[in-house]
Amino acid sequence: MYQGKAFQYGDNVDTDVIIPARYLNAPSAEELAKHCMEDIDINFVKEVTPGDIMVGGENFGCGSSREHAPIAIRASGISCVIAASFARIFYRNAINIGFPILECPEAAKRIKKGDTVTVDAESGVITNVTTGEVFHATPFPAFINRIIENGGLLPYLVKKQEGTLK
Amino acid sequence: MGMTMTQKILAAHAGLAEVKAGDLIEAKLDIVLGNDVTTPVAVDVFDKAGFKKVFDKDKIAIVLDHYTPCKDIKSAELCATARNFAKRFDITHFYDVGNVGIEHALLPEKGIVGPGDMIIGADSHTCTYGALGAFSTGVGSTDMAAGMATGENWFKVPSAIKVTLTGKFRPHVSGKDVILHLIGLIGVDGALYKSLEFVGEGVAELSMDDRFTIANMAIEAGAKNGIFPVDDKTLDYVKGRFTREIKIYEADADAVYEQEVVIDLNTLKPTVSLPHLPSNTKTVDEVSGLAIDQVVIGSCTNGRISDMRIAAGILRGRKVAKGVRCIVIPATQEVYMQCVKEGLAEIFIEAGCALSTPTCGPCLGGHMGCMAAGERAVATTNRNFVGRMGHVKSEVILASPAVAAASAVKGAVACPCELEEV
Repeated sequence: MYQGKAFQYGDNVDTDVIIPARYLNAPSAEELAKHCMEDIDINFVKEVTPGDIMVGGENFGCGSSREHAPIAIRASGISCVIAASFARIFYRNAINIGFPILECPEAAKRIKKGDTVTVDAESGVITNVTTGEVFHATPFPAFINRIIENGGLLPYLVKKQEGTLK
Repeated sequence: MGMTMTQKILAAHAGLAEVKAGDLIEAKLDIVLGNDVTTPVAVDVFDKAGFKKVFDKDKIAIVLDHYTPCKDIKSAELCATARNFAKRFDITHFYDVGNVGIEHALLPEKGIVGPGDMIIGADSHTCTYGALGAFSTGVGSTDMAAGMATGENWFKVPSAIKVTLTGKFRPHVSGKDVILHLIGLIGVDGALYKSLEFVGEGVAELSMDDRFTIANMAIEAGAKNGIFPVDDKTLDYVKGRFTREIKIYEADADAVYEQEVVIDLNTLKPTVSLPHLPSNTKTVDEVSGLAIDQVVIGSCTNGRISDMRIAAGILRGRKVAKGVRCIVIPATQEVYMQCVKEGLAEIFIEAGCALSTPTCGPCLGGHMGCMAAGERAVATTNRNFVGRMGHVKSEVILASPAVAAASAVKGAVACPCELEEV
């Protein structure tokens, strides 16, 4: 269960604004996190606190394949991302690194910046504590849940080879 | 139920007789690719997971093209990480400064990828190789690491949009105009999770370089891949380059498509995408005269020899407008050498262009052409997002090589047809 305040953005939030290419040579997740979202929201890094939740519109994470994008968001303190839809490479990358994302057009439309939101990633239930509204995200297929439960794609593959999958 | 061309390739690599849209499959990979930005992250993940060997050193390509020749110490460190990994596992297809090219121009040129292949690359424009009749898609670094370790990965079988091309190009129109027009039509998420399958008599009209440009930008419509049928032009192109067995897949006659789009090449005009989305398209005649500060001709989208020939054809005997910086970047060493042999290099330099060694540099605002606040570029690249080529208040207009070269001469967005005779 995650709880935090919402940072809300529009449609087509691209990977160049999540983490601009000029910082892709940064050596660590912490370094990337210092510049997360700065081209569209200069205050994000100052305001975000651990557990907070990012909300986007359609096609969240479009553009480059840089895994630095979900890595930077996670390292900034964001606990999960809710969007109306995700660009496919961002979607894969988040699953592969075991970072929770939820597809929920209703929640993406209704949640406002600063609202307090709770997310139960397992059941997909999203609650806007500020307004009392409850939303249900599209559940992941079982195969994808197994990757997430095992900590991401590489731990999944290692455990699969060892025969120790959850 | 019939399968699309993409679905046929996925089924074959998953060892299945049939797949349908939405199926989750595990498929074998022919090539796994990474560059100097994405490989270091993959190496980190690969090592942390404890993998001790790669699945096949001949099926991995590592291409140091983004920040090379290294722009700073941090980039040099990233390249060193990728270089050491390539050395550790004796990676066959490793390309570094001096023989490197922009990955998506380089791999087809070297025959590393070919028809019927199943390719993943830790770079979103990996979809380029669909031009050869391959399934090819961009992934992240963890996917690259998984691919290098196991030779397999997971995929969700996509549905498809059928794009039928008819007719013939009018002057100064090329593959770039086709793909910008299509993205304008369906939007930057118009093909989200889907394949774009290009068919129709108009395909024969397209050069291989046109097809590479079109498949390259499938991702800008959100697509998982873009793909062309294999024809004589494809086979001519791969002849003498690609040495593995050529496998030709065709869509079933009763393949199911989610949507159909028809584009008549006769009706296309030179097209641009205004800031800040590739879908924000206008025909050049609608925005002609918009002042610019910079022109970039190159990238994985338009840095091939036909692009260089088109640009040089317009710049021959002309000068880049005063106050405009024109940067020309042949995508590979082979393209660069060809520019020298054909006299194109001389034309560019005479015209007042900066001619650079292959690099992705300016396309992603990495180096070799970043812009200041308030500046505007016409570029043959693929993205015009906020801050893409430098300052957050700079702007990129996407265009074909013909429009970019004409704009360099005019100092403003222009169609080649507006230029005075020389």
